[in-house]
Formats: sequence, C-alpha cells, structure tokens
Amino acid sequence: MTTAPAQAGWRFKQPSVIPGFGLTLGFSLAYLTLIILIPLSGLVWRSASLGWTEFWAIATDRRTLNALEISFGTAFIAAAVNVVFGTLVAWVLVRYRFPGRRIVDAMVDLPFALPTAVAGIALTTLYAPNGWIGKLLMPLGIKVAYTPLGIVIALIFIGLPFVVRTVQPIMEEIDKEVEEAAATLGASRFQIITRVLFPGLAPAIITGFSLAFARGVGEYGSVIFIAGNLPYKSEIAPLLIVIRLEEYNYPAATAIAAIMLALSFVMLLIVNLVQTWSRKRYG
Amino acid sequence: MTKPHFRKLLGALVVTSVLSGTLGFAFADTTILNVSYDPTRELYKAYDEAFAAHWKAETGETVTIQQSHGGSGAQARAVIDGLDADVVTLALEGDINAIVSKSKKINPDWRKKFENNSAPYTSTIIFLVRKGNPKGIHDWSDLVKDGVQVITPNPKTSGGARWNYLAAWAYANAHDGGDETKNKEFVGKLYANAPVLDTGARGSTVTFAQKGIGDVLIGWENDAYLALDEFGADNFEIVYPPTSILAEPPVAIVDANVDAKGTRKVAEAYLGWLYSKEAQTIIAKNHYRPAKPELVAPADIPKTPDIKLISIDDPLFGGWKKAQPYHFGDGGIFDQIYKPAQ
Repeated sequence: MTTAPAQAGWRFKQPSVIPGFGLTLGFSLAYLTLIILIPLSGLVWRSASLGWTEFWAIATDRRTLNALEISFGTAFIAAAVNVVFGTLVAWVLVRYRFPGRRIVDAMVDLPFALPTAVAGIALTTLYAPNGWIGKLLMPLGIKVAYTPLGIVIALIFIGLPFVVRTVQPIMEEIDKEVEEAAATLGASRFQIITRVLFPGLAPAIITGFSLAFARGVGEYGSVIFIAGNLPYKSEIAPLLIVIRLEEYNYPAATAIAAIMLALSFVMLLIVNLVQTWSRKRYG
Repeated sequence: MTKPHFRKLLGALVVTSVLSGTLGFAFADTTILNVSYDPTRELYKAYDEAFAAHWKAETGETVTIQQSHGGSGAQARAVIDGLDADVVTLALEGDINAIVSKSKKINPDWRKKFENNSAPYTSTIIFLVRKGNPKGIHDWSDLVKDGVQVITPNPKTSGGARWNYLAAWAYANAHDGGDETKNKEFVGKLYANAPVLDTGARGSTVTFAQKGIGDVLIGWENDAYLALDEFGADNFEIVYPPTSILAEPPVAIVDANVDAKGTRKVAEAYLGWLYSKEAQTIIAKNHYRPAKPELVAPADIPKTPDIKLISIDDPLFGGWKKAQPYHFGDGGIFDQIYKPAQ
C-alpha cells in the first residue's frame, strides 16, 4: 500500500523505457473494475433501493450502532496490540539468531493459512471457563470467551501476521551500523529507538496496523464462536448482516455492509494520510 | 521429450479420456441433493444408504444422494439463491414457505404432497442438564430463576431455536392466563439467562456438552440423545418438561429444480419412502418420533414420557405463516424482548 506523494498538477509519472505501460495500466484498471468496483457498486446499488429515510433508520438503529461499535472497537484494540507485539516479534526474528528461529518464523503465518472457523473453535475451547486458559483466568474474575474480550483475542490471533510481515522486511533493511553510529555519538538506547529506528519503521507499522484493523473489522469465522453473539453486548456487525439475510431482509443487510464499507474506507484514508505525513516528517 | 514419445503420450491420453468418458456414461447414475438442517446429519446418513439399496432393488438404477447440512434458515436461503436442491428437509415450515414465496421454486400446496402434512417425523424440545441435575430443573419455570444459565441458539439464525422459543412461549401462555405482556416478560427473562447465543442447534449442544457452559440446554430431543451417546450418559441427563412443542420438520420437493434436472421420479420416491416401515424404523432409532409409529416394532420405539405437546397450528400461534413474522421478524417479539433498557 503506497500513497503517491503529492505532485504539482495531474501528470503521469514518466513510464520506464520498457514498453507496455498502456497495456498494463489498461489491464490493471479493467481487473480492478471487474474484481472490486463492480461487486462494491452492486452493494451500494442494492442498498440504494431502500431510500434515505429507511437507510437512515437502519444506520441509526441502536442494535446496528452497537454492532458497529463492537466490530470497529475490538478491531482497533486488536490492531493496536498487534502493532506492539507484532513489531516485537519482527524485531526478534530479524535481529537475533536462535535455534528454531525458522520454525517461529513459519509459525507467524499460520493464522493466514488456518481456516478461521478452526481458529475460532480452538480459541473458544481454550478460553471457555473450563478450558486450559479460561480455567486459570476464571478465579481472577476475568471472563474471555463470550465477551468482547474474546473477540479481541480472536482478532489479535488472526491479525498478527499482517503486522509482522509488513514490518519485518523494512526492519531487515535498517543497517545495524546506523544504531552503532548513534550510540557512539552518545545517544541513549531509548533515543536510538525513538529517534533513529522508529521514524524509519513508522510507515510500515502504520501499514501493518491498517491491514490488521481492516481484517479484524470484517472477520466472521473466528469470532462467532468466541463472541457469544448476544445482541447489544457481543454481536459483531458481520453477524448482524447474516441475521438480516436470514430474515430475507437483503436491503437492510446490504445497508449495514455499505455503512461498514464507508467507515472502513474513511478509516483507511485517515491511516494513509497519517502515513504520508509520517513519511514527510521523518523522510 | 522426443516426438514419438510425445505422440504415444498423446495417444494414451486420448484413449484414456475416451474410455473414461464411455465408462463414465455406462455407470451414469442419478444424483439428487437433499438440503437439510443440522441435527438430521445422522438420520439422513442412515436413510440415504437404505434408500439407495431400496431403489437399486426396485428399479435397478443406482442413485447417489448428496447431503447438505447447515442452519435451516441459511439452507433455505441457499436454495432461494440457486443451490440445486432436489428435495429440502428443513427444521420448520416457515423456511420452506420462504422458498415458496421468495423463489417460487416449490409449489405453494407442498404440504399436501405427502402424508401427515409432509412431516414424516416429528420431534420435540426438551432439556439436557448436568448429571444429578444440580440446579433442580424440571419445568420451564426453572429456567428463569436467578443464577440458572440457559443455553439455546439464536432464533434469528437457527430453526431449532425457534421451536425452543415457541415452547417457552406456550408454557408461559398456559401459566400466565394468556397475558401477552407476561409471556414476553417470561421469555425475556429466559433469554436474559442465556450467556451465549450460538448460530445453530449443533453449536449450542457443543457449547453445553463440550465447553461446559450453562446449567441447561434447550434443544431437540434427538440432539439430546445424541449428546448422551457422544459425550457420555454419566455426565448428563435428559429432563422432560411437562409441556413442550410438537415440532414438525417438513419435507418438500423443489419442483423447479427436479423438473429442470429430470429427477422428479426419484426425488418423489426418496421423500415418499420416508413413510415406509423400514424408514420409519430408522427414524425411530435416530430418536425422532415416527409419523406412523404403528409400522415400527415396539422394541424400536424409544420409550419417552408422555408430555403435552402443543402444535404450531394451535390458535395460540396460528401456524408458521403468522408466527414467523410476529415472533421472529425484524422488530418482532424476539427483537422487543431483547431491547436493552433505555
């Protein structure tokens, strides 16, 4: 995900000497239209059959709002947690050599490959009050399964690879000598992290965050098992869409989907702006 | 690869493809698809085998039956959206009516097609509790007590859950003198005691039996017996409330699909044979209640306590066509009782 730096006026960047720019651009646009734009416009078109007042009624329905809040809120928290721990995992994988490193490296991708429903069932079994982890948390008064906390755990699980895999390659590019140079110039470790390492990594971290966040917002399979699915409490927006479909209420289902789409788009746009700003700021 | 080799290979490919083509043709058999709901997995696995053998003996044709299971409502929607089902065997009439009205793939008079309103078996909703019944659950009124956790799926996504809900409603109605506000209060309290709403009946059974959540599972009679078999009779026991609902899972031919595929004859035989002696025995052995118990050897019919069962066609509900939108539609009673305190 890259954002073109702001340029003076609308001009195509000079294509490379290898021919084929017209063809590849044409193909890209056609492909994107077919795969993304047409389905999405179908979604908007179908919800447009509602009319504004009805659309507004669905959008401001308490249950819809609660579901959206839960979906976006838990995805945000999970993405934030993943940013911290995903960066840490990437750091360990890039900077240290230890036995079994390759296995750990491969393990990071498992949430990508695993069917999400399997992940959901496995996590629920672990965190249920009689599960291995749930049993330990129960005496502390922490309930994970069947609460929004469970949703966060599921989303952390499926979102981790997004952060690790976006941050890792950028981290590999950072020369160790830069840190050493900073150290010889008298920078403290904290200063090295905040002033030397972080600026270079920030765009990648933000990208990782937005990917993990976007994935979490739309996640269904791994969440419905651990969420408990109680309306107003732990009902995620994708489940509400499924419920509306079960009621054969296609316009309402697409309306909620369209709202999610718009919200996600705004969120990703903001993230992109922050990223552009951080690029300019830290270069 | 040299040229002669390549030709040989090509020749071999052509021969095998032709052979397999003709062979495939010679062994061509009819395939029909039965789209059903979750708890019938075991029943239809046994029935399909028996029916295929019966059909082979009767006509010499080989019939392959494909099964598809899922939440009843989701299955109905798949058929509406174009899933090529020859027959549907769903959890409730409302779901088949949805196919009738939304896609017109099933003739509106489908209920008259087979005996007993096209319901070859019935079932009911009962309780599964933990061994020794520590919370002393015997009747519906025990479910709304403080500190009792009730496991039931979400009526919005599960057909079985709608039967659960209606059974509770029928109990409340009988005990509160038909006062609807009190009925709502009762059912609302029951759902307030539910810590989880799974999306399907099987999911709830797993939540209760395997994950150890809750004190009582409201569920299909056959699923409760399956849970006993699966998770051990020394962990759970079945409780029959004095009253419950008469659940009639119906079956129907998907007329538009069988006519397009030319499978009407076998599809009709497939559902019609459900009323045979052999099929009714399979049904009884799978803990469903056969529509024609007189055909089944008494030893094969599980002994169940005599409890009062209320039908959906009772004036209290007025049939699925009325009950479905009234209770489970958007803004219906279920939505009302689940509104949080403002």
